This record gives sequence, C-alpha cells and structure tokens, in this order.
Amino acid sequence: MTQENSQRLGIVVSGSLNKGVEVRLDSSASVEDMAVGRYVTIEGQKQRFFGMITDVSLGVIDQKLTLTPPDVSDSFTTEVLAGTSTYGMLHVSPYLTIAGDVTSLIEGPQPVKTVPSHFSTANLASDQDIELVFGKEDKERFWIGNPLDMETKVCLNLQEFVKRSNGIFGKSGTGKTFLTRILLIGLLQKSQAVNLIFDMHNEYGWAGTREGGAPVKALKQLFPSNVAVFTLDEENSRRRGVSTDFVVRIGYDEIEPEDIVLLRQTLNLTELAVEAVHQLFRKFGKNWLQSTLALKDTEELPEGLNIHESTLNNLQRGLATIRRLPFIETHAPTNTVGSILNHLDRGINVVLEFGRYRDITSYILVANMLTRRIYAQYQERVEKAMGENTIKPRPLVITIEEAHKFLNPQVANQTIFGTIAREMRKYNVTLLVIDQRPSGIDDEVMSQIGTKITCLLDNERDIDSVLAGTSDKGELKSVLAKLASKQQALIFGHAVPMPMVIRTREYGSPESYRDFISRGEAEINKQAEKDIEELWE
Amino acid sequence: MEESMQMQRVGEVIEASTTEFVAQCYELYQSPPLGSLVKTRDLLVELYGIVYNTTTTSLEPGRRPIARGKDEASEEEIYRSSPQLLELLRSESSALVVGHNQGDKLHHYLPPKPARIHGFVYLCPSEEVKEFSQSFNFLTILINTHLPVSQDELIAACLRQMSQAYEDRYAFLVAAGKELAVLLGGEFNQLKAILERIRQ
Ligand SMILES: Nc1ncnc2c1ncn2[C@@H]1O[C@H](COP(=O)(O)OP(=O)(O)OP(=O)(O)O)[C@@H](O)[C@H]1O
Ligand SMILES: [Mg+2]
Repeated sequence: MTQENSQRLGIVVSGSLNKGVEVRLDSSASVEDMAVGRYVTIEGQKQRFFGMITDVSLGVIDQKLTLTPPDVSDSFTTEVLAGTSTYGMLHVSPYLTIAGDVTSLIEGPQPVKTVPSHFSTANLASDQDIELVFGKEDKERFWIGNPLDMETKVCLNLQEFVKRSNGIFGKSGTGKTFLTRILLIGLLQKSQAVNLIFDMHNEYGWAGTREGGAPVKALKQLFPSNVAVFTLDEENSRRRGVSTDFVVRIGYDEIEPEDIVLLRQTLNLTELAVEAVHQLFRKFGKNWLQSTLALKDTEELPEGLNIHESTLNNLQRGLATIRRLPFIETHAPTNTVGSILNHLDRGINVVLEFGRYRDITSYILVANMLTRRIYAQYQERVEKAMGENTIKPRPLVITIEEAHKFLNPQVANQTIFGTIAREMRKYNVTLLVIDQRPSGIDDEVMSQIGTKITCLLDNERDIDSVLAGTSDKGELKSVLAKLASKQQALIFGHAVPMPMVIRTREYGSPESYRDFISRGEAEINKQAEKDIEELWE
Repeated sequence: MEESMQMQRVGEVIEASTTEFVAQCYELYQSPPLGSLVKTRDLLVELYGIVYNTTTTSLEPGRRPIARGKDEASEEEIYRSSPQLLELLRSESSALVVGHNQGDKLHHYLPPKPARIHGFVYLCPSEEVKEFSQSFNFLTILINTHLPVSQDELIAACLRQMSQAYEDRYAFLVAAGKELAVLLGGEFNQLKAILERIRQ
C-alpha cells in the first residue's frame, strides 16, 4: 500500500453515471467492515473520483452455493471462498472528481460527468481527500462533525449556508437541538448573519437538557457579549437562574387576522370563524380582538357584519384562550419588536425563551406575530437601502421549531414563514427550520430549502419529503435509514459539494466548550484587528 | 546447469509427447509420488511435469506375473527366493508437462518440443517447487486435460505435494484454493471436492 491511510477496498466492475458504480470487494476486505455513508476514492485512469458508499451487498458466482451452502464450520473452505466464489459488493455513488483534469486541479473538486473505467481501484478516502473536498476550518468554514469512523474534521461553509433557508430534521431524540446549537455557534462565529431564535423549550439561551446527564451550557453562557435572552416568562427564567435581558409582553392590539389563521387548528376554529376575523378586523381595526370578546351576542354586531351566532361563539371561545395567556395584556408596556431589532442591529443574537408557556398556541402566536413585524421592518429597510444605495441591514436567520405548524400546506401560503421561505433572501431574512415531521411541511417550501441536515428518520413519508428533488434519492434513502439513532446526520444541498454523512461534533464536555469559545475568540480577535486596520486605511 | 547433489534422479524418459513424458524408474517401486513436480531436459530447455500416474508391469510385454507366495511365510520372502523378479518387473511414471524453463525464464505453458528419450528425470527440490508455484497458471493445464486418473485427485495431490515446500502450508493452500475457485467458476461441486482433499 503506497499511501498509508488509504485502504484498498476492491475494483470497479460495473456501473453508470446515473446509478453509481459497483465495486467488487477484495477478499482481504470484509463486508462487515464496510458501512454506508463512508467516503471512497476511485482511481480512474485519468481522474480521481470521490464518492460515498450507498449500499453493501453479497454476491455468489454460482447459485448452487446458496442452495447447498458449504460447511461454514470449516474455516479453510470459507477462507478460500471469501472474495472468490462468494464476495462482497459495494455500491458507490461518485459525486466529484478531485484530481486529474485541469479544472479540478485549479478550481477544486468538480461534479462528476462520467464514471471511472472498468477495474479501477477503489480505496477508503484518506484524511487528505476529505479535507480537500470539505475544506479546512477557516473563516467561512465551520467544523460540524467527523466522517463515520474517522477523526478528520468535516466542515460546512456557513457563508454559503446562510444564503438560503435551511432545515434540520430527524425524529425525536436524534440530536436536532444539539446540532442546532452547534450550528448557531458556527453562525455566530463565521457568518455575518445574526440570529433570532424562538426557543420553545428553553434550550438555546442559557442551558439545555441532556438525556441522562447534567444540563449543557447554551449560547449566552458561552458567548455572553454576543447573545441576549428575551423571555416570555420572567419568573420561570429567574427560577432557572437565567440572566435575561428583556421581558416580552404582547398587546391585544398587536394580534392580527393572520395570526388567527395559523392558530385555526390549535384553537379549533371553523373556516367561517376565520373569515369573520377578517371582517371584524376591517370594522374594529387594531382593537378588534377586545371588541370581539366584548360582544354579548350577534345583536351587538355593528352594521354590515354578517356573522352567524354559532360562528361568533366558536370564535369567542378561541379568542378567550388567547386572552388567558399570561403574557398578553391590553397594551404592551414595552416595544418588543423595537428591542429585538435594536439588538440584532448591534450584531447581538436574540434567544426568546417561552418559559412555562410551551403550548403550541403561545409558540405559534408569538413567533408569527414577532416575525411578521420584524420582517416588515427588514423589508422596509432593505427597500430603502436599495433606493438610497446605503448599507442593508445585517442578514437575519430566524430559527423555529415544530416548523410544520407554520409551514403546512394549509397555511404555508398565508403566513409570513411561507413568504420568507419562498422569497429566498430577497430581504436579507432566512429561516432555520427544525422539525421532526418534515412530511407535514408544504412541498413547495421544502423545495426552497437550501441545505438540509437530517438525522435519522424512520417514517417513509418523512424520508420521501426530505429527499424529494434529489437526483439520487434511492441511494440517499438507504444512507439516511441507516444513520445511528443519535448524533449522526446526512447533509445535502446548497452549501455542500456533495451529500455528506457526519457524526456530529461532541457538545457538552468542558473541552468542547473550550474548543468552541477559543476558536470563536481567535476569529473575533482577527476581526478586531481587521477593523482597526481598516480604520487607518 | 551444474547437477546439484540434492537433486534426486528418479529415472529416465522412455516415451515422450508434446503433453507428457513417461519415465522408467531406476529402482522397482521407487517412483516419484503422485502429484510431485519432476523435470527433464531437452538440450537448452528444461521441462517440468506433474506425476499423474505410476504403473508397475512385467518387463516383457504380454507376460503377466504369476502368484508365487503360496508356500512363503511373508511377502518379502517371495522376492528373496526369486531375485530375478526385480529384473522382470518395472515401475513407470507418467508426467503431464506443465511448463518449461528456457534461457532462465520460467514459463507455465507447453515447451516447443517434447522431452528427449533417455533424458534423466529428477524430482524437483523444495526450492524449485517454490519457485515454480509462484504462479498458479499450471492449474489451468491440469484442469483442462483428460487423464486416466480423476482430475480432482490429481490437483489435490499436486497441491498437497507442493505445500510441503512451504513453511506456511495453510496460506499456500488458501491461495491455491482461491485460484481454483476463480478457475472453476460455476463448478462449485468440483471445487468442493478438491478443497475437501487439501484442507488442513
Ligand atoms: N452532538 C452531540 N453531543 C453530545 N450529545 C449529543 C449530541 N447529539 C445528541 N446528543 C445526545 O442525544 C440526546 C438527544 O438530543 P436532542 O435533544 O438534540 O434531540 P432532538 O432531536 O432535539 O429531540 P426532540 O425532537 O425530542 O427535541 C441529547 O440529550 C444528548 O444526550
Ligand atoms: Mg429538540
């Protein structure tokens, strides 16, 4: 073996560009050491290919062998047959060429346009190969995890990442929250973007829970000067020892019909009740919610409103639920939207924690209302900046959980989140959606998601919806279905040169915190130096 | 080539064709073992053969030996009381040509010409067996020839013999087995029969 850490696997025996190539394993390589998701290089005659194992299978030369199997207790016979009469096959999907032609030498890895020739040698990718493809940690690239069974770092280009809306998927307990926290740290360190996080379960601001262990530190503990924690439930935050920066209150007059549209299902409202909201809003204006709740019966409806008794009752019952939410007041004493924008403008990331109000009604209402108004501000400022040729506001990434509640097909084209997802980043705002049921998200929205990061999914419909639109769905499906139940993910789409499988970077040990912080500070110091230099230019 | 001392001379060619040669053994019953690698020389070319058959018959064609031991106490007594028997009988070994050495290059295919009559026949020493079996190409010849003995038996005997030249006999036999597995392809039953005969 010439290269020390490239291990020979076998030779290419057949294949096609569309379906990938078949590699016949050498008898010295055991199928049992293989795993889908591993990276492989193939030494073609003129080019080097880089790909991923997407399936592993067994072959026999003679079908008789399967009918009258040899005596397996005889190790001699088994050893002779291994790799000759019986052999292992790898299905490898080549994605990139990494050397050989001029373009890939000058411009780095290129998408494949052909397949390696017959009997080309396949090796496990070496550390250098992986670094070549996924890049080294630098000011744009962030170490997000490692390949399965390797110690090399796999990096994600976050500058590219934030150019689109992105999604993190996976069934419950697979590591979405941990991965998101890691990514948010990355965004905070490596991108120009600033984050607004709607933190339904109080996991991102101060501390997060860890299965079978002590809580882990979250963003504000690690980066106190870059993160502000807003809370809906001051008492609860205080009890958890969180140092908060702002207490959020919502006024009745801030709630608009669109918020009610989203809440239709959770509040059990009829179609007609939602229609009535629009009418009432037109009639009463900002105070519509209070005015509606004050109505005793349809008799008291103002002129020109045609709302049935049962519809009004249905609506009033729903609105009463909202009124009971403790953070809602007649008029909000403080300007939450203003304060959030103020922080974001200074480059401070905002985590809004919900305290005890983890019910879906609170979450949808608050996230939607605030996002709608913040987005309106961004829109205005971006348009103004374009008109006057001045600086646009900082790119903003909004993180929401339970994304399908905001982006399901029934509501996706009526809500602000649907709009943001579809507009890409026209107004410098993108989404980071987290969901365990991606099949609940509208197809069109899914197709607009730039980079998808998915942990294990086992529901067929969820898998299909995440992989929809990829050219090698079948292959990726087998990779996705075989991820470990925790801390492993498949990443594909806009920000990565090819689909990649990672073991997510470890989060929660003292070393991991030190690692996150020190890299960040080095980066920030560099930035400070740069800023000072620019002062004198 | 200097005739080395350890090279064991076993007989002399008495019949030759392109594909095989027959050696008469110098001593009755002192034939090279089944499957062993032997060689003989035709001027510049050394021919290698694998012993596939050995016969012991009457020297005079048509005359068959008769039973003699009725009044003897043991089998040895028969030969002791009729010493002329050793002159009347002979052992002959047939070897299948599997390769040759020409100009110091080893080839695992048939030589241009057959062996010469009266060429001396030697049993190859371990070193030479090792060298010859660096390549398993000779197995193709064994597989593709029709012989009076069973092919499976011959191949197995040959590999068993050769393996004795190796310190790691097991590794040699596994390697040979793998070669056979490839050569025999779909003939799994034949492969199995051979493997059963060589397994350690
Ligand atoms: N990168 C990681 N480092 C250390 N531990 C991890 C990591 N990823 C996942 N884990 C472990 O897996 C557990 C579950 O992860 P997490 O809470 O992120 O799952 P989730 O997908 O957000 O689940 P849910 O859908 O229920 O919110 C964590 O409590 C932790 O113990
Ligand atoms: Mg979670």
